[in-house]
Amino acid sequence: MTEQGIGARVLRKEDKRFITGKGRYTDDIRNERQAYAAFVRSPHAHAKVTGIDSAEAEKMDGVIAVLNGKQLTGDGIGNLICGWAVNSKDGSPMNMGAWSALATDKVRYVGDAVVLVVAETQAAARAAAEAVVVDYEELPAVVHAVDALKDGAPQVHENAPGNLIFDWGIGEEAAVDKALSGAAHVTELEIVNNRLSPNPMEPRSAIATYDEAEDHYTLYTTSQNPHVARLVLSAFYQVAPEHKLRVIAPDVGGGFGSKIYIYPEEIACLWASMKTKRSVKWTSSRSEAFLTDAHGRDHVSTARIGFDENNRIVGLKVDTVANLGAYMSLFSSAVPTYLYATLLSGQYDIANIYCNVRTVYTNTAPVDAYRGAGRPEACFLVERIMETAARELGVDPSELRRANFIKAFPHQTPVIMTYDAGDFAANLDQALEAADYKGFPARREEAAKRGKLRGIGLASYIEACGIAPSAAVGSLGAGVGLWESAEVRVNPVGTIEVLTGSHSHGQGHETTFAQVVAERFGLPIENIQIVHGDTDKVQFGMGTYGSRSGPVGLSAIVKALDKVEAKVKKIAAHVLEVSEDDLVVENGEVKVAGTDRAMAWHEVGLAAYTAHNLPAGMEPGLKEGAFYDPENFTFPAGTYVCEVEVDPETGETKIIQFVASDDFGTIINPMIVEGQVHGGIAQGVGQAMLETVVYDEEGQLLSASYMDYTMPRADNVPSFVIHHHSTKSPSNPLGMKGCGEAGAIGTPPAVINAITDAIGNNDLQMPATPPRVWAALQAASTKIAAE
Amino acid sequence: MYDVTYHRATSVDDAVARLSAASEGQLLAGGQTLLPTMKHRLAAPSDLIDLRGIADLVGVRVSGRSVTIGAMTTHAAVAGNAELAKVCPAIVKLAGGIGDPAVRHQGTIGGSIANNDPAADYPAGLMALGATIHTNRREIAADDFFTGLFSTALDEGEIVTAVSFDAPETCGYAKFPNPASRYAMTGVFVAKGGDGVVRVAVTGAGSDGVFRHEGLEQALSKDWSSAAVDGVSVSADGLMSDIHCDAAYRANLIKAMAKRALA
Ligand SMILES: Cc1cc2nc3c(=O)[nH]c(=O)nc-3n(C[C@H](O)[C@H](O)[C@H](O)COP(=O)(O)OP(=O)(O)OC[C@H]3O[C@@H](n4cnc5c(N)ncnc54)[C@H](O)[C@@H]3O)c2cc1C
Repeated sequence: MTEQGIGARVLRKEDKRFITGKGRYTDDIRNERQAYAAFVRSPHAHAKVTGIDSAEAEKMDGVIAVLNGKQLTGDGIGNLICGWAVNSKDGSPMNMGAWSALATDKVRYVGDAVVLVVAETQAAARAAAEAVVVDYEELPAVVHAVDALKDGAPQVHENAPGNLIFDWGIGEEAAVDKALSGAAHVTELEIVNNRLSPNPMEPRSAIATYDEAEDHYTLYTTSQNPHVARLVLSAFYQVAPEHKLRVIAPDVGGGFGSKIYIYPEEIACLWASMKTKRSVKWTSSRSEAFLTDAHGRDHVSTARIGFDENNRIVGLKVDTVANLGAYMSLFSSAVPTYLYATLLSGQYDIANIYCNVRTVYTNTAPVDAYRGAGRPEACFLVERIMETAARELGVDPSELRRANFIKAFPHQTPVIMTYDAGDFAANLDQALEAADYKGFPARREEAAKRGKLRGIGLASYIEACGIAPSAAVGSLGAGVGLWESAEVRVNPVGTIEVLTGSHSHGQGHETTFAQVVAERFGLPIENIQIVHGDTDKVQFGMGTYGSRSGPVGLSAIVKALDKVEAKVKKIAAHVLEVSEDDLVVENGEVKVAGTDRAMAWHEVGLAAYTAHNLPAGMEPGLKEGAFYDPENFTFPAGTYVCEVEVDPETGETKIIQFVASDDFGTIINPMIVEGQVHGGIAQGVGQAMLETVVYDEEGQLLSASYMDYTMPRADNVPSFVIHHHSTKSPSNPLGMKGCGEAGAIGTPPAVINAITDAIGNNDLQMPATPPRVWAALQAASTKIAAE
Repeated sequence: MYDVTYHRATSVDDAVARLSAASEGQLLAGGQTLLPTMKHRLAAPSDLIDLRGIADLVGVRVSGRSVTIGAMTTHAAVAGNAELAKVCPAIVKLAGGIGDPAVRHQGTIGGSIANNDPAADYPAGLMALGATIHTNRREIAADDFFTGLFSTALDEGEIVTAVSFDAPETCGYAKFPNPASRYAMTGVFVAKGGDGVVRVAVTGAGSDGVFRHEGLEQALSKDWSSAAVDGVSVSADGLMSDIHCDAAYRANLIKAMAKRALA
């Protein structure tokens, strides 16, 4: 390890501009003659649009245009699509309903965009939007997925009868049924995975500019994947061909998945900029963000797990209903299927698994990937049912887990995944030790003396990151390949620009990616610039989500670095008149190993560009590109331990300690990794104890501001204890696994297992708020009294 | 936010004059409720008459056990007042538990009680302390001032100038914060006067806003202790149910917070 290389706690290069307020976010950008957009949104969850009267609005001061959905579709702008085709068990394709960027004849959730107003100022645009009169004929609405499947439920899209999008299955059902019927013990559990609002600090924003002379569009937008945005905007929405559309995602203030997708507003702004010949800017208000940012989770499942007489798992059967909201967002079909059910084996050796998933339309905001995306839902289910089973079987939950751990790798699960490396027992041991698990009974007794109920809970999570091998996801219906690209440009003076298709929106790529280059050539990270987020600069990229920037994005960079190093050695071998094989690159020099003969790094760069003395036939310059397509997913795993104290009088729950032992493979910057884990755990605590999206029966969003939607705050979490025990991933050159989502995946079950342990009632759904915990305590004591 | 004309009043009389001259005028104190409402376009006053320039309305006066707090005194100023802390620590604690530091440095006692949010803290304090609300026109007993959800006895154009009360022999306040907003999901203020009269006021729980709890008052008049609270049965009738919790939980919180207020 060098001082700034792999494994060093380097302070983040990007933080200077962020903490001095000099970040450049989309909303900070203002073009010449900037015009502003405001959307007229549906106040109803479900209604026919019977008329739109824009006359009053059009007359108002500063109004440039008032545009509607009929005009948009009339101009040939295509519908929004879901980019991953998932078929039903019977082979029929999914029932995708039409989603126009501006609703034409029907609105399907509160917040659905109907009309776009473009005006000289934001205030004028908003005022005019209020003056547009939309006539609605209200229809009955449905908000819960289970209700939407019932006979006679309101029909959200005509082409999805019974609101069923698809009825999908994975695994061998008959084999699982047989295993469960022969099991010595079966544990059954009903599990609700609560719907969450993503809440990135920076709301969504878009600035679209049409250049009439060039017939060219530029879109600044809050995207985690500007190239994917351009691809979809070109190929499906017919806004402009790719070479006529530049997408730039400058500094982006958090995404958590919600900025992967292309939303109606970006499409509408691009189209409006062409219609008005003005640069059109829209920035979401926080209220609009609550209504329209794609939500996460929202599963209702029943699960049955069977054990033999030695407490070894014989089978797991799961039935899940997933709410996808009013429209299918870009990756919505993949989240509750391939990103979820493929992880139902957890860390355990389970021969038989079957999972049925029905995805459903409702009159709510679209649901798509949110930090963890499917994997938190899988982990919550597996780890809740394991803990429940341990209680029923009367064995220590840590021992039930240990007995069923997968111990040999590679391991093929019955649900597609091949786990390639891990040491689950080592993480479990490390976590138990750090949490003083053995000392828990004494702590429980001491708490009881103070009138408090103390509980402890575990979660041994596994997730699949680094998505994904392109051929594999292609065979499963993905509309894109999930490789990554990189370009390394060495300048004549030896400084380096690395262009990457990954996108940093808080992850710290400008630092960690530079560390890898610094380590490779022994250069200071100050000499390395990471360039990302602009389709005109970076040739292509699939972007950042699913903890893929390390395992996939960096692997592409490493491949390009390999090519640079090979050329550097050829040049130096030629100049120094030695064999390439005798050369090493270290400390900013290309050296003849074991001697003091060397060329300085910048001398090689200069030689490449002056081209005065290059090997015969070699092209001048020093620039290499690479595409990296992963061979496999990576599998971060670990064990979390949560210890809580409940006040029985009020149900208030305090997390006393939270211990994480993670296996992330190779760690480039431990400080940044710890930050990712801290944030992930806080978000996991948010899901477990605080956050939930609530619609009333009419489909009105009740949790529509921070007065009602509870974000985790510093006083909701303890100081975390974080440990690592790493096995390297054999699937990529650096051995990385990814760390961005683990906290959000492993935390919820650990917290709920701890609270249910404390209160002696396993019937508790998320978020476990004080009133719910108190009610569960009342129910438990009523039950005891009755017995 | 809609367009609005801003006025900085120099005196209470000036504020009254500007208010009556405006078509849809509204007083502005700390703006912690009014400005967010305007930003959400839920309120659209034609004119804002800012009271922050009126020095007479600001400050805490303690003389013996008699306390007067000017309407424009911020929550932070009440929370940080050492003299007040000596005679009535519970009101100081209440003020220090409102919102966050930014809110406490802007929000005012006058604005809070004029707004009478059913989950606000001050209404419980003033009702339990038997406070008097002073306006530019009259004096109103706290019991008569808070008349329901977001409604008060204030007439059109009437301005709260101060509140006053005699510090009781002993008092306490405990609030269970709403996890999202951190307003009171239930807050209970208990006070026992020198004459032995006990007053208990509950905020955050009632469907009609702040109210006095007779059962708790009776029990605590006999026995000022947490055991006395245990013996009271608190009904869920007339309590609020919302997305955060139901009436039964609020009934439980009334007892739990009463006990904490006594501790
Ligand atoms: C994030 C946040 C958290 C909060 N948390 C809490 C909490 O935990 N507990 C709590 O109790 N409160 C809380 N509040 C409310 C805050 O404490 C203020 O007290 C409250 O918003 C009103 O006071 P203000 O001075 O800001 O009044 P303004 O918002 O300026 O005015 C409120 C209303 O009162 C009228 N008004 C103002 N002054 C007078 C007067 N002198 N005479 C007559 N009418 C008047 C105004 O015209 C307006 O209608 C919170 C607010 C925010 C924004």
